[in-house]
Amino acid sequence: MTDWPLLSAVTFLPLAGALLLLLMREDSAAGRRNILNISLFTTIVVFGLSLYVWYQFDSSNPGFQMVEKHEWLGTGISYHLAIDGISVLFLPLTAFLMPFCVLASWVTIEKRLKEYMIAFLLLETLMLGVFVSLDIVLFYVFFEAGLIPMFIIIGVWGGRDRVYASYKFFLYTLLGSVLMLLAIMAMYWQAGTTDITELLKYDFPRQMQTWLWLAFFASFAVKMPMWPVHTWLPDAHVQAPTAGSVILAGILLKLGGYGFLRFSLPMFPLASDYFAPLVYTLSIIAIIYTSLVAMMQTDIKKLIAYSSVAHMGYVTMGTFAANIQGVQGAIFQMLSHGIVSGALFLCVGVVYDRLHTREISAYGGLVNNMPKYAVAFMVFTMANVGLPGTSGFVGEVLTLVGAFRANTWVALFATSGVILSAAYALWLYRRVIFGALEKESLKAMLDLSTREKVILYPLVILTIFFGVYPAPVFDATAASVDLLVNNYAAALQAAQDVALSVQ
Amino acid sequence: MTAETLFASLQLSAPELILAVGALVLLMVGVYSSERAAPVVTGLSVAVLVVAGLWLVLNTGDGEAYAGAFLSDPFAKFMKVLALIGSVTVMIMTVGQARAAQIDRFEFPVLLLLATLGMLLMISANDLISLYLSLELQSLALYVVAAINRDSVRSTEAGLKYFVLGALSSGMLLYGMSLVYGFTGHTGFDEIAAALTAEGRSLGLVFGLVFILAGLAFKISAVPFHMWTPDVYEGAPTPVTAFFAGAPKVAAMAMLVRIVIEAFEPVVADWQQIVVFISIASMLLGSFAAIGQRNIKRLMAYSSIGHMGYALVGLAAGSMAGVRGVILYMLIYMVMTLGTFACILAMRRRDGEHVEGIDDLAGLSQTNPFMATVLTILMFSLAGIPPLAGFFAKYFVFVAAIEAQLYGLAIIGVLASVVGAYYYLRVIKVMWFDEAKGEFARSAGELRLVYGLSGLFVLGYVLIGGLLGNAAEVAARTFF
Repeated sequence: MTDWPLLSAVTFLPLAGALLLLLMREDSAAGRRNILNISLFTTIVVFGLSLYVWYQFDSSNPGFQMVEKHEWLGTGISYHLAIDGISVLFLPLTAFLMPFCVLASWVTIEKRLKEYMIAFLLLETLMLGVFVSLDIVLFYVFFEAGLIPMFIIIGVWGGRDRVYASYKFFLYTLLGSVLMLLAIMAMYWQAGTTDITELLKYDFPRQMQTWLWLAFFASFAVKMPMWPVHTWLPDAHVQAPTAGSVILAGILLKLGGYGFLRFSLPMFPLASDYFAPLVYTLSIIAIIYTSLVAMMQTDIKKLIAYSSVAHMGYVTMGTFAANIQGVQGAIFQMLSHGIVSGALFLCVGVVYDRLHTREISAYGGLVNNMPKYAVAFMVFTMANVGLPGTSGFVGEVLTLVGAFRANTWVALFATSGVILSAAYALWLYRRVIFGALEKESLKAMLDLSTREKVILYPLVILTIFFGVYPAPVFDATAASVDLLVNNYAAALQAAQDVALSVQ
Repeated sequence: MTAETLFASLQLSAPELILAVGALVLLMVGVYSSERAAPVVTGLSVAVLVVAGLWLVLNTGDGEAYAGAFLSDPFAKFMKVLALIGSVTVMIMTVGQARAAQIDRFEFPVLLLLATLGMLLMISANDLISLYLSLELQSLALYVVAAINRDSVRSTEAGLKYFVLGALSSGMLLYGMSLVYGFTGHTGFDEIAAALTAEGRSLGLVFGLVFILAGLAFKISAVPFHMWTPDVYEGAPTPVTAFFAGAPKVAAMAMLVRIVIEAFEPVVADWQQIVVFISIASMLLGSFAAIGQRNIKRLMAYSSIGHMGYALVGLAAGSMAGVRGVILYMLIYMVMTLGTFACILAMRRRDGEHVEGIDDLAGLSQTNPFMATVLTILMFSLAGIPPLAGFFAKYFVFVAAIEAQLYGLAIIGVLASVVGAYYYLRVIKVMWFDEAKGEFARSAGELRLVYGLSGLFVLGYVLIGGLLGNAAEVAARTFF
């Protein structure tokens, strides 16, 4: 174990970068340059540190590691950080996407660059904090605080309807979350602590679990987002600047899934079991319905946004299947989707920067003058479809196996989503990339610049690497997932025994 | 009363005596000096408040004075310090603004001193009579202050409105007190509680309780006795509004807490339902009615109505955790409000014209990034978004409500806070998303100091919250 607070360092380093940026001035080209360099440097160092955390992580230990605990606000609320197999990989994922966000904004953000970068670094701190906090109030603080920078990012640097989208994003998510806050308070009085490790051991009464589960579900389902509370997502995605979309799709959506794995499943096993059919139903509707909706979109970003909702359906389905395959698959699907959807939004950003439109009909035949772009885009499209050999396949197939073990019908319907996703993704690809290069405006478009290559190629490599060799991920998560699933099964068994003995 | 007990009483009430003597002396100074005495009197008033505050913190013990009419305890001290900070801050903010707001008369600081004296006595009042007298001392000073700009129709109207409605509420309060006295035979809080425990409650007493609560609800501008608030906030000169929004609310809330927790402790069930109703109504009205506002002072009026509703959530719980929550809520609310009003006072165009429209803030993030950032932080905090202080304020009152199993109250409360977030977001939206229409003049140094410190407090609460929480805990333990 390290003797210095590694997790705090990872979490708050971006904040330090943001404070440094406060001292900068952006009125000259050199100043602009400094701001970009500081941001890039900070995010890369954070990424390096997060890899070090992964390296230091003992994957054979299913419990919490690298614990930091201090008294904080009194009444039991403590500053308590640690990671386990479920959270460890979200740190590198978050930290990995941030440098790309900085690079993607290199030239496209023309006004108020300083505030933009500060908002992003702030957001990074808050997102990392969500994954490492082990006090439920601290978790909530990080979870909710992320709304502030994202609201500003969408509202200031967004597209035409940015005000509407930012309001919708903020109020929707806030509405879901406040109910969770009340549930947190109720848990505090019931269990006498806000410490997650203690709460995980605490056995909540069945009646109470139901209410608590519903309150948490309200928050995470909106964040996820699950059908029918997903409508904020397409608006937010479409209006947000490219980097904002990447963060939204790549990480913010994962907070909901992470919440299910950290709270709903282990703390309220009886309620999770009781409500699993509801989650299955909503997941299947999300997978099939939003895939159909995605097919009809004329806006590239909106299409990808709907496909995100569909993919998150696999995550919720796998999570509540509550067996090893399902949960492992859900985690893998979240990581993979983080990379792939982030990459897809970056791809959209590449052509958007050139043509300033997201209409699918404005494109066509790009393969002729942008071959490199066509290849990169193809890899991500295939990963989105879930083609074997890409990271998208592993997560999808595992969640489907998990669902199959839990409920065959669920797996049957969910699998049809794979076909639908192939339909919309390939059709999008055909309309944008293939066909004749007829439109005058497209003919002058250049292929990827060096900066764009630096952004896209690593993502291509990772997508294929994890598709072929997913073992590093499973190694890290296996022990904790085992523990989670076993505890879950044990809790259900215990409840059943009690019920039997009463009769 | 022997000389000894009198001396002990004087010692316990020394801060109040300092204020009283200071106010009278400064009145003389003002009367016998030239027209331009106002800044000097203001400066001296600040000094008097600071001396009283220091005396209070360093040199005042705990105990009863004046045969139980006056009580000095940790709760009283905490709330008095808050009230003094509120008064001092507003007084400092008015220094540079007095001329422009046409309140540059020496009576203004003297009246504020007298109002502050009334507040301190209110906080310490342990008897219905002393409570009423101190409340009236504070209120009469405030009526005059509201109308201090006598050449302005709106200011005079605000003063008159405040006076008429205030007199009505005082009447109700007095009526309630007489009923309580009639049915228990006592005016002291401890004696009332003892009588209630011994004899149980009677219908007449419940009547009295209702009237007292109605009178006090008026003072903290809780629904349904809130009607004066938007008009008075908008009509009164902005420095006066800033004063109204801070310290008097703290004092009135402290008084409300003391009377229900001390005197009416045996009839919790009776006052709890009233407080729950007032709380829900205030939160809902504060959230919904603010949506349509265009004037930022009116917006803050509705915002304060809503915030009083949230503070009452803690009181409704009636527990140690609840009182602790109320204390923290008032502390954080006061800091946020003072900071926001410092920003509002700084909304001055280059030609010296003061503006009050929310739309006048358009593009502030580009013309004055520092002020815009602070005001953004304050708005998010007022909306109760973590990690800012306003979130923790709400957290502690709601956690108490959940403990007391007031689930309906808590759920309505958090939902109202989402609605409330909408109008705070609008202020932020105007500052960040809209294009600038005009620039403000550079804010005066003292205003920048106030809103800077306020923003720092709201941001830094995560670091100092533990200390403040402990202090509030000590204060709340007074009652339990």
